[in-house]
Amino acid sequence: MATEITVNGKARSVDLPEDVPLLWVLRDELNLTGTKYGCGVAACGACTVHIDGVAVRSCQTALGDVDGDVTTIEGLGTPQALHALQAAWIEHQAAQCGFCQSGQIMQAASLLAQNPAPSDQDIDDAMQGNLCRCGTYPRIRAAIHSAAKATQGA
Amino acid sequence: MASFKKIARRTFLIGSAAIVGGVAFGTYKFTRPLENPLEAGPNEAALNPFIFIDQSGVTIITPRAEMGQGVHTTLAALAAEELDIAWEDVRVLHGPPAQAYYNSALMQAALPVAEYSKGAFMETVSEALGQANKLLGMQLTGGSTSMKDGYERLRHAGASARETLKLAASDALGVSVSSLRTENGRVIAPDGNSVSYSDMATRAAKIDPPQVELRPASEWKYLGKTMPRVDMTGKATGTAEFGIDVRREGMKFATVRMNPRLGAPMLSMDASAAETMPGIEKIVALDGGYAVIASNTWLAFQGADAVQAEWGDAPYPAEQGAIWQAIEDSFEGKANSTLRDDGDADTPVQGATEITAEYRMPFLAHATMEPMNATALYTGDALEVWCGNQGPTIVRDRCAEAVNLAPEQVTLHTTLMGGGFGRRGESDYAVLAAQVAKQMQGTPVQLTWTREEDMSHDFFRPAAIGRYKGAVKDGKAVLLDAKVAGPSVTIGAMKRLTGFTAAGPDKVHVEGAFDQPYQIPNYRIAGHLTDIAIPAGFWRAVGNSVNAFMHDSFLDELAHAASADPLEFRLSMMRHEHAPSAGTLEAVRDMSGWSGKREAGVGRGVAFAHSFGTPVAQVIEVIDEDGAIRINRAWIAADLGIALDPGNLEAQMYGGMIYGLSAAAFGEITFASGAVEQGNFPDYDALRMHNAPVTEVQILASGGFLGGAGEPGTPPAMSALTNAIFDLTGKRARTLPLMHEFDLLV
Ligand code: FES
Ligand code: FES
Repeated sequence: MATEITVNGKARSVDLPEDVPLLWVLRDELNLTGTKYGCGVAACGACTVHIDGVAVRSCQTALGDVDGDVTTIEGLGTPQALHALQAAWIEHQAAQCGFCQSGQIMQAASLLAQNPAPSDQDIDDAMQGNLCRCGTYPRIRAAIHSAAKATQGA
Repeated sequence: MASFKKIARRTFLIGSAAIVGGVAFGTYKFTRPLENPLEAGPNEAALNPFIFIDQSGVTIITPRAEMGQGVHTTLAALAAEELDIAWEDVRVLHGPPAQAYYNSALMQAALPVAEYSKGAFMETVSEALGQANKLLGMQLTGGSTSMKDGYERLRHAGASARETLKLAASDALGVSVSSLRTENGRVIAPDGNSVSYSDMATRAAKIDPPQVELRPASEWKYLGKTMPRVDMTGKATGTAEFGIDVRREGMKFATVRMNPRLGAPMLSMDASAAETMPGIEKIVALDGGYAVIASNTWLAFQGADAVQAEWGDAPYPAEQGAIWQAIEDSFEGKANSTLRDDGDADTPVQGATEITAEYRMPFLAHATMEPMNATALYTGDALEVWCGNQGPTIVRDRCAEAVNLAPEQVTLHTTLMGGGFGRRGESDYAVLAAQVAKQMQGTPVQLTWTREEDMSHDFFRPAAIGRYKGAVKDGKAVLLDAKVAGPSVTIGAMKRLTGFTAAGPDKVHVEGAFDQPYQIPNYRIAGHLTDIAIPAGFWRAVGNSVNAFMHDSFLDELAHAASADPLEFRLSMMRHEHAPSAGTLEAVRDMSGWSGKREAGVGRGVAFAHSFGTPVAQVIEVIDEDGAIRINRAWIAADLGIALDPGNLEAQMYGGMIYGLSAAAFGEITFASGAVEQGNFPDYDALRMHNAPVTEVQILASGGFLGGAGEPGTPPAMSALTNAIFDLTGKRARTLPLMHEFDLLV
């Protein structure tokens, strides 16, 4: 039986068991590969997406439990139309291998939506679930501050 | 962008008319040029293996793989610098597996001498070794060698291509070559008339490329500056393609479970429960494990959980205690190496104070953010493989062997890597994908390991024990006598990479200890190898990750025994030995305001290591935060000799340091019943946003050498931290990870 979900503004019908995590629906069924698999146990944040604008770990969200509009990194912004955070990420040259970065940006976007001018402590609290094995934290922090400024100035 | 498929010939096709044979590189001209692996069609030109021109512009083919270290950007900048193309127009593709992309710097590093003290004779020997590697044709990204290898080659490729395009334009425009100039991808005549490089592609392809002088550093536009990374927009928008993101028409998703007792066989398997689960397509037995192929990766994971297998026993001691015992026992045997033996380390120095210390380092996993994976399509007479990897020629050859094809029947696409750290220098994950694809002929299969499989089936940084003895007199070290014991990385890795059995002194095993730029009158470093069948591999900084911790910790202990300031103590032994190294210590001293004094609740530690040609000094500050230790701040100074991209180098330095600090704090792989006990990040954590230090980096460029960047940030990190913890708590950490003995902020 197909499950109906909305992803990046589009209605999608998914023919998979309801216990399949949203992560694997996005990646393997809908070919939205920007959302990454890092651990599958809520320990790394690489799979972070938004449901109704709030960051969730898609590896922990069963297809059958998706109860709002899903936004992935592909829906946040595109190379032609960057989200303020993506622009700040490029300005600060934040990524190294890049594998954690979709999740980092989705987590940061959820933070900024709730708190447009986060302090260092707010950033620590919001971002500590997102692991980066390349250690890009200094530039991620700088990029979040800069996106916050840019958005407020706008 | 020209697709890889379109421009890369599968193998060793020679001499179609459009291909200019070989490379005209200054320093390599004495050897027969290697065949150009790029194939040019109509209106295209592959001017050399690194520069491809078609009607949409120039593509720079990089011989090295991007795993986060920024190598595509800096290699492209080297070529673009000479080729005069606008940075916005730079396009980069990873080259196909080919001998032309051999790593000339890799074998040079294998010489059993300290890098900082290589004389002219050694440079000659080392050049010859570089040639040997060319014969082996190893195209490897590792050993922090990409810039050493690419620095001249890529600039010559750009310069030679530029002059070829000018020759073509001279012909087309009817003006002399000397009157032409190049800018932003165009050749411009004195009267302002210009032609694009694309316009000249067909003509240029017929011209024998000239050899030209390289531009002096004073004229550089890109090199020496922080360039926007070519992969940044893709990585910020989720559009960058990693191996795990490869999608092919009709592709199936698979996973693998290999014997948790590494290297042992699977005795039997019962797949009956799994076969009827949703989405399962096929379950296949492999040598040492099984694979489950499904319509979705997660369904494959579920199916794999449901398979019952009986596993053979480990070919090594099954319990951690017995493994430590084996390492201890290897001190008894003859030393494999004594690569440093200055003065007389056997006779006690009169009137000196002697101290001893024993250090223990655990096995470590790489834990790249992207778990191991590869995608393969087998069609009977051909195999196509997509994966991130650090050694394309080797991956191609191993995959070919695994499915009984010739290497030229294999097409390998090297994608971006979600971290490498040495792990993706192995071929195991690609070979498994090839084997599974062979059982699914005609269907592309993506094989993804669970995090748990990835963590527990690594080629680990081997554990080690170091026994150090030293003596101080009048504030100075007069003796340092050390033995390090543990499994060898080199022996296993050389066998896997080249098929040869390594013999003689294992330099990697003692690097970071024997090759440090200190003057100590009686100074001996011996290496003892432990013969144990636990897979060991290259982990960021390799032997330096072990030895720099022990060696530098011990220098710190000697400094305290001598009642000397730890930074000045190191500096006084280094100043006359190696000026660039001393410069990094002076830089962190000044940056951190090092005074030798400390406030209550604050501890500071200094550390130094010279590795991969680059001296790096670090100061770390820890603070007591309600009884927990916070790694509060860090200062790093590194001298790269020539700083090709300062912004990227800064990122490599703090990234390398955080990798080392994470391991020091939380990293350990242990064995029970022959299996790895750690499975996922909760068992193998790393620093995160809230507990990583605020860091300041200074990139020095004292000239005269070109150091590596990807690894040298890691070695000093562990002892900088433990030296700081000693300063704060008075307790010396000699066993890692720290989490067992110290209350770290998590
Ligand atoms: S994959 Fe979901 S948190 Fe790691
Ligand atoms: S950039 Fe590599 S894991 Fe974060």
